[in-house]
Amino acid sequence: MIHRGFTWRRNSDARGIRTLPSVIEKKAVEIGLTLPSFLWLLTFFLVPTVIVVLISFRASDSFGGIGAEWTLTSFYEISQQNFWPILWRTLKLSLYTTGLCLILGVPVAYHMARAEQRTQQNLMLLIIIPFWTNFLIRIYAWKVLLHPDGIIKTVLATLGLVSSEATLLYNEGAVLLVLVYTYLPFAILPLYSAAEKFDFRLLEAAEDLGGSDWTGFTRIFLPGISAGIVSAILVVFIPALGSYIIPEIVGGPDGQMLGNRIAQRVFTDRNLPQASALSSLLILAVLAPALVRFGLRTLPRRWSRGQA
Amino acid sequence: MARRRGFFTGTISAGVLFFLWLPIGVLVIHSFNASRFSTAWSGFSLVWYERLLNDRAIWRSVENTLVVAGVSTLISVILGTLAGFTLYRYSTRLQRGHNSLVTLPLIIPDILMGMSLLLFFLAAGLPLGLGTIIIGHITFCVSYVAITIRARLQDFDYGVVEAAQDLGAPGWVIAYKIYLPLLLPGILAGAMLSLTLSLDDFIITFFTAGPGSSTLPVHIYSMIRHGSPPVINALSTLFLALTFVLVFGYQKFLRRKV
Repeated sequence: MIHRGFTWRRNSDARGIRTLPSVIEKKAVEIGLTLPSFLWLLTFFLVPTVIVVLISFRASDSFGGIGAEWTLTSFYEISQQNFWPILWRTLKLSLYTTGLCLILGVPVAYHMARAEQRTQQNLMLLIIIPFWTNFLIRIYAWKVLLHPDGIIKTVLATLGLVSSEATLLYNEGAVLLVLVYTYLPFAILPLYSAAEKFDFRLLEAAEDLGGSDWTGFTRIFLPGISAGIVSAILVVFIPALGSYIIPEIVGGPDGQMLGNRIAQRVFTDRNLPQASALSSLLILAVLAPALVRFGLRTLPRRWSRGQA
Repeated sequence: MARRRGFFTGTISAGVLFFLWLPIGVLVIHSFNASRFSTAWSGFSLVWYERLLNDRAIWRSVENTLVVAGVSTLISVILGTLAGFTLYRYSTRLQRGHNSLVTLPLIIPDILMGMSLLLFFLAAGLPLGLGTIIIGHITFCVSYVAITIRARLQDFDYGVVEAAQDLGAPGWVIAYKIYLPLLLPGILAGAMLSLTLSLDDFIITFFTAGPGSSTLPVHIYSMIRHGSPPVINALSTLFLALTFVLVFGYQKFLRRKV
């Protein structure tokens, strides 16, 4: 993939002539160096994932164990248990989170990229440092803020924006807020690194040619940072789909997502086949955009290679 | 027009920074709050810092966290460096499979990895404890180290290695004299990354931890559930202060060097 131009020399001796023993020796070195990480990930990543998919086609027995027959029972059972609203909420909250992170992240990336070098570095630190505080502590801090006696509620109620009975905690809105809070820096990083490479003179050129601010922004800047936008979408949407602890702490019963359902099946009900079935569906949901992107990236290349 | 745009993006940036720092500020303020309820202020106090110092369970979980982070960083740096190097160096069918194995853990949400590792450990009959937590952490850290190392090698001029080979240098000399110095910054960056990820991981640890093996994040979670977080506020204020000292010390150090 990288430095493909050198491959012709790799399996050759110092004079550049291919010799059989050196080819075998090089292969042995390659295998020896690859095996440690290959075997580790095979054993502790691929095999466990396959186990989850397999167990989802089993049923649970009455002792919290795993039945012996292959069946679709677990999928049927999870579809009966208020599953569709939770799936819909998971997809909806993940999409909203991604959208809000882009809406907030793109202007920040733009602003950072146009600032002076020193300011850019300082802004970057200001964005990253809050995330060196423990993840759970940050979520807990939001629970304190959104509490019925907390600051946000008091301020909003004083301004007359919410009634004094309104609850800010334990609903979808609270989950969305904390999801955006958690994933915004992950969106800003790729957006910023794309915006930093963007040639801002193009916007001036568009202005000189009579394009409006909005035209320049949507027709030149956004396409110019499209690689950053795609990365931002992936790093926000996919982890958001698997959210567990955020809805657990600020979501309440009305803010539960797929991740909570999985944890509940594992820790509370001890129904591993159902937990596996839910996990398999989540794997599918996660891999779908990645596969689409992979297809979009490699198919045209294969295609053009085929034509050439 | 550009000025108007600058004002607009500046306002949003300021708002975003306020949003990012708001909970941190609240947490720091409440760590000095005499009241145990985080919603009312009842005077300045260091009582939570005192409690923190005397809380045995917290320090044991800190110890567990450091052991897990240290061991898993060491092993994942070794595995990840080899992986990043081989992915860069060879382009064979083996590496294509290797590449998928390295990249897939990056896009799989933590809860899936935790769930699948739990089932795997149950199926294999491994007792849950620090050992299983370490295995889990290595599994998600290897990929991050590997991509850091590969990125470091991206612009490397392979001609240097060829020159060394032409001059008759054996493989281990090339590894020691060329690759190691070249990769050292990448290895350090990868180590920092996996250390950070391991120290902060909750979900995978939660799924793979056994009784008595809780790390700091898992302990914090149980404290949140059982309602004793002012101590946690104090702890995270200390961490934050440490981070600030490190970051600004590092910056000062860099400036002096220039």
